[in-house]
Amino acid sequence: MSRIEETFVSLGKSGEKGLVVYLTAGDPNPRDFLSYLHGAADGGADILEVGIPFSDPMADGPVIQGAFRRALAGGMTTGRALSLVSSFRKKHDTPVVIFGYYNPFLRYGVRGFCRDARSAGADGVLVVDLPPEEAREMAPEAGKAGLDWIPLISPTSGGDRIRNATAIGSGFLYLISVTGITGVRKSFPPRLVKWTREVKTQSRLPVAVGFGISRPAMAREATRHADAAVVGSACVKVVEHHGTSRKGPLALRRFVQSLKKAMR
Amino acid sequence: MRELKGRRWPDRSGHFGPFGGRYVAETLMTALIDLEKAYRKAINDKRFREDLGCLLRDYAGRPTPLYFARRLTEKGKGAKIFLKREDLAFTGSHKINNTLGQVLLAERSGKRRIIAETGAGQHGVATATVCANRGISCVVYMGSEDIRRQETNVIRMRLLGAEVTKVLSGSRTLKDAMNEALRDWVTNVRTTHYLIGSTAGPHPYPMMVRDFQSVIGKECIRQYRKAERGLPAVVVACVGGGSNALGIFTSFLGHKKVKLVGVEAGGLGLATGRHGAPLCRGRVGVLHGSKSFVLQDQNGQIREAHSVSAGLDYPGVGPEHAFLKSTGRATYVTVTDQEALEGFDLITRCEGILPALESAHAVAYGFRLARKMRKSESVIINLSGRGDKDIGIVADTKGAGRVPH
Repeated sequence: MSRIEETFVSLGKSGEKGLVVYLTAGDPNPRDFLSYLHGAADGGADILEVGIPFSDPMADGPVIQGAFRRALAGGMTTGRALSLVSSFRKKHDTPVVIFGYYNPFLRYGVRGFCRDARSAGADGVLVVDLPPEEAREMAPEAGKAGLDWIPLISPTSGGDRIRNATAIGSGFLYLISVTGITGVRKSFPPRLVKWTREVKTQSRLPVAVGFGISRPAMAREATRHADAAVVGSACVKVVEHHGTSRKGPLALRRFVQSLKKAMR
Repeated sequence: MRELKGRRWPDRSGHFGPFGGRYVAETLMTALIDLEKAYRKAINDKRFREDLGCLLRDYAGRPTPLYFARRLTEKGKGAKIFLKREDLAFTGSHKINNTLGQVLLAERSGKRRIIAETGAGQHGVATATVCANRGISCVVYMGSEDIRRQETNVIRMRLLGAEVTKVLSGSRTLKDAMNEALRDWVTNVRTTHYLIGSTAGPHPYPMMVRDFQSVIGKECIRQYRKAERGLPAVVVACVGGGSNALGIFTSFLGHKKVKLVGVEAGGLGLATGRHGAPLCRGRVGVLHGSKSFVLQDQNGQIREAHSVSAGLDYPGVGPEHAFLKSTGRATYVTVTDQEALEGFDLITRCEGILPALESAHAVAYGFRLARKMRKSESVIINLSGRGDKDIGIVADTKGAGRVPH
């Protein structure tokens, strides 16, 4: 059983919902990023999603675009991001999912990336621009290296797409709450509850709901029918706000605690 | 309009050999699949083909002439030079061919909002024009750098009722306009048609845009056979995303003796690294939904392109061009900013035709090639657009071109 699967099993046993926290590798700089990542883990995040910055993030809103820009300006690369994961792994067991756009992985070498990510201590990989139709270029390599392949499902995906995604995926299914780009929102679309239930009945994988979750009450609402909530832009905003200030990682830790608390 | 019917490439999954595909966020997949279905249904519908044929003729002014450039030919002392006059198509470039096709398609699919990206503004103008004609709302994304250098086209779009949205991210050019348009589409996918203006982007766009543009080559073969016997030796076109080039190349693909040459933006020279030549200097990568040659650094970050012409200032290129390069059916070369400006002067003074700076790249290379060829041979240059939009840039580079106040 993978570390991600174990996490969901133990959450299930204790009747808890999972919290996935997203941060961009190298934001605001490599050293402070690590402190923030530790802060998130200490705050009770069940899974950490670490983004590899890309110059042209077509599915991301202004907050994550900003994080990518800061990280790239600081010289972040795929290889350096993996070293940061490796440093994190020395102190923490929290599962790590690598998030990114395909081109940097393609340039690094898909097989080499999967191998190196695994040996750095990553547990899964999520590539936003590899839908099931193109995933054969990478999903099998991820599997061979021992990484979970996390598929995305959107409100526009029909039943057959949910089944296809489930078939090639492992770890969990990332359910996008809205048609749109990443970013904090004030509320969910009214369809979300029905939509989450639908996906739950059609997939054997745990379901994590993401996109738009800006505050604890929304994390609670998202996990009423799902197994976990993904909080990205709202956490990145904490990093953006505090930057290299020493108080930053503590602020993130408190924010993560408040999210986790609301989900209990 | 039978030429719109399916060709061998791309395959069913939208790939041209190892290139092409649909590398997009899951949210867009259903829309792309639906779009492909709607497109295949439309081109097999006689009514659609007739409607489009009618608009191309009566509204866009097709067929455009194939013009024998006598003075240019005499100056070159080599092969005969013919110009396919896409600059005479309505709105001033070939872009209208694809725009009409896609707007009709969007109407059939019940989409009442159209978004587009634009670099030089020619595609934006064509889209704004057709949207005004059909009463559809239109948003055009344009980089702030391009807004600055193609101001007249911005004014045209606004007069036509389009909303021009300034893009401030990245290099503030075509690449970033496309990112922003994709973000809009992900958000409004249920009500909006994204009208991509080039043979780039995810499947079915490279196929669909090529098919809509292939009217250029169809006419060209017919017109050439009427003017001369047989076929031209060479067909030359500039390549940014690649739609005018595929538009003229496609009908010649089966005629193996016709050499096809795509001209990329050499910018300040390939050695400087400041150019727009992914086919000549890029590596295989994924940008904006398809796999092709891409200008990128060793970490897979997309590099900024450079060209004096906004329409060629793009770090990617349509996947079919990557495929034609890899099979050797077409060859790709570069022409620098300086050479393109010389091409601009040449054809302006020799023929009285002000070409778009994009097209001036094809003129510069076509003329150079013709000089080395036999008088019995012919070169056809696709004059993809007219140059009114560029006169400010050209005047600035000459320093003394502007009229003093």
